[in-house]
Amino acid sequence: MTRSEYVAEFLQFLFSGLTSGSIYALAALGFAIIFNASGVINFAQGEFIMLGGMVSVFLAAAGLALPLAILGAVLVAVVAGVLIDKVAIEPARDAEVVTLIIITIGASILIQGLAQVIFGKGQHALQPFSGDTPLAIGGASLLPQSLWVMAVSALVVVVLWVFFNRTRFGKAMLASSYNRLGAQLVGIDTRRVWLVAFALSGALGAIAGALAAPITMTSYDAGLMLGLKGFVAATLGGLGSGAGAVAGGLILGLAEAMTAGYISSAYKDAVPFVLILLVLFFLPRGIFGSRAVDRV
Amino acid sequence: MTSRWKALLALAALLVVLPWLLPNTYVLDVVNRIGINAIAVIGLNLVMGYAGQVSLGHAGFFGLGAYTSAILTARYGWPPLVAMGAGMVGTGLLAFAVARPILRLRGHYLAMATLGLGIIVSIVITNESAWTGGPDGMPVDALNVAGWAPTGEFQWYWIIAACLWLAAWFAGNLVDSPVGRALRALHGSEAAAQSVGVDVARYKARVFTISAVFASFAGSLFAHYVGFITPQVASFLHSIELVTMVVVGGMASVHGSVFGAALLTALPQLLAEFEGWEMVVFGALLILVMVLLPRGLVPTILRRLRHA
Repeated sequence: MTRSEYVAEFLQFLFSGLTSGSIYALAALGFAIIFNASGVINFAQGEFIMLGGMVSVFLAAAGLALPLAILGAVLVAVVAGVLIDKVAIEPARDAEVVTLIIITIGASILIQGLAQVIFGKGQHALQPFSGDTPLAIGGASLLPQSLWVMAVSALVVVVLWVFFNRTRFGKAMLASSYNRLGAQLVGIDTRRVWLVAFALSGALGAIAGALAAPITMTSYDAGLMLGLKGFVAATLGGLGSGAGAVAGGLILGLAEAMTAGYISSAYKDAVPFVLILLVLFFLPRGIFGSRAVDRV
Repeated sequence: MTSRWKALLALAALLVVLPWLLPNTYVLDVVNRIGINAIAVIGLNLVMGYAGQVSLGHAGFFGLGAYTSAILTARYGWPPLVAMGAGMVGTGLLAFAVARPILRLRGHYLAMATLGLGIIVSIVITNESAWTGGPDGMPVDALNVAGWAPTGEFQWYWIIAACLWLAAWFAGNLVDSPVGRALRALHGSEAAAQSVGVDVARYKARVFTISAVFASFAGSLFAHYVGFITPQVASFLHSIELVTMVVVGGMASVHGSVFGAALLTALPQLLAEFEGWEMVVFGALLILVMVLLPRGLVPTILRRLRHA
């Protein structure tokens, strides 16, 4: 191969890594937001992503314009998030970590089951937002949908940053993640903080799902792997750190794409899990996590 | 007689009487599957119920046992019992090797690490099709012991029942031993246990290894009993099923494990006509039990009876 061919090949893997990395970043942000607000790891996060893709596909097939279909999917995922919080998490909010993990796994299986009953077992693709004529860049080709994924993800990250750092309610959410009791003492309604966190994560997941659906196809069980990888990305960045979640997602996407390209595509899906085991063994608080001391 | 021996005798009586009450071999087959799952669940409950550590990757150990038995007997002609033992030793060594770094983690990080381990095992099994047959699975030889092999559900029932009773006996012994006391102490408060001299890391690693060996043994039994295995046995969903059996039956209860395995193995059979609804029921059940009866069904019922 010539030098320019090597460059083109590398660019191709880079584009694919950044695209899936953006999706993982959005998934990881969903984990981080709920974890910060409530200390819960929401294993149903992947189902929000699945709902985003599947509901968009079915609303579009029912004749709705694409933007409306996606909006509908986001609404469904937000309702799902609110229901999980109200029905399953709030009644058990003082339970042990293991209990809360199992509750959200239950919610995840419940949503998957409902999706299977309603939508069936088939695989579906959403139409690309603006055609599927690839752009040629440096010998590699880039799908317009990939640009959509990266641009919307970047926009979402900016909006979230503004929300958490510049708005009153966003700051209140951050405050209650540092110290729930302290936040309650200064008059923050922590129950509302939980609710908003679940709603927000639902919306984030659905946006990620709708963005990815034209590229990766979607089915009732598509949320499982995406959710687990989002969890890996969030852990990689040190649970609860927003910037860490984004970085974790991008690192994961790139590591996967490079492994698939240069080493073995069969083992692509194992990459996140090998990576996270190594990180947990050697840096138990994630790459960007802070050192913490247990209070007994 | 201690209450533990009473409970073990009750289990033995149930196991002896049960097969005579079953209407047909289809139900007997479901009961056999329940027994095999129960062995893995008893092991997992040692980790979750007594040591208070979650494992979302136990199906990986189950799958390692199943595939070690299948591969060593079919491709290398090993006697089934030797292959089964090799699977248990191999799985135990793997669990012991990863136990220290994994069990140093807590809560979500521990969940993540065990989950990752299980998924890596299932991906390897799916990909190495030259050995494992890949996603389509592979057939498994009969459980041939010195020229005799069990045939039919009824013969298998007695083998599985005996294994299940021994597993319950072993787990009960472990729980009543100093190891069990140490485990309960570290479930209560790790720091407190450590401060009175419990070697927390060692006990956690030991019980994690034992429970992995239980899972591997159950996996080998399953492989020989069913005669055909697919990577499904090592999947994340199977890990979740095992966890569900533990929590629905009741944490820290050997009989809860058997009950949880019975309920959740039988449930999909009962719901088989309602395509897809079994997942809905599974999920709803998990949420309901965790929210309303976080101790699980059996311990809650026993408690009510005692206070009634």
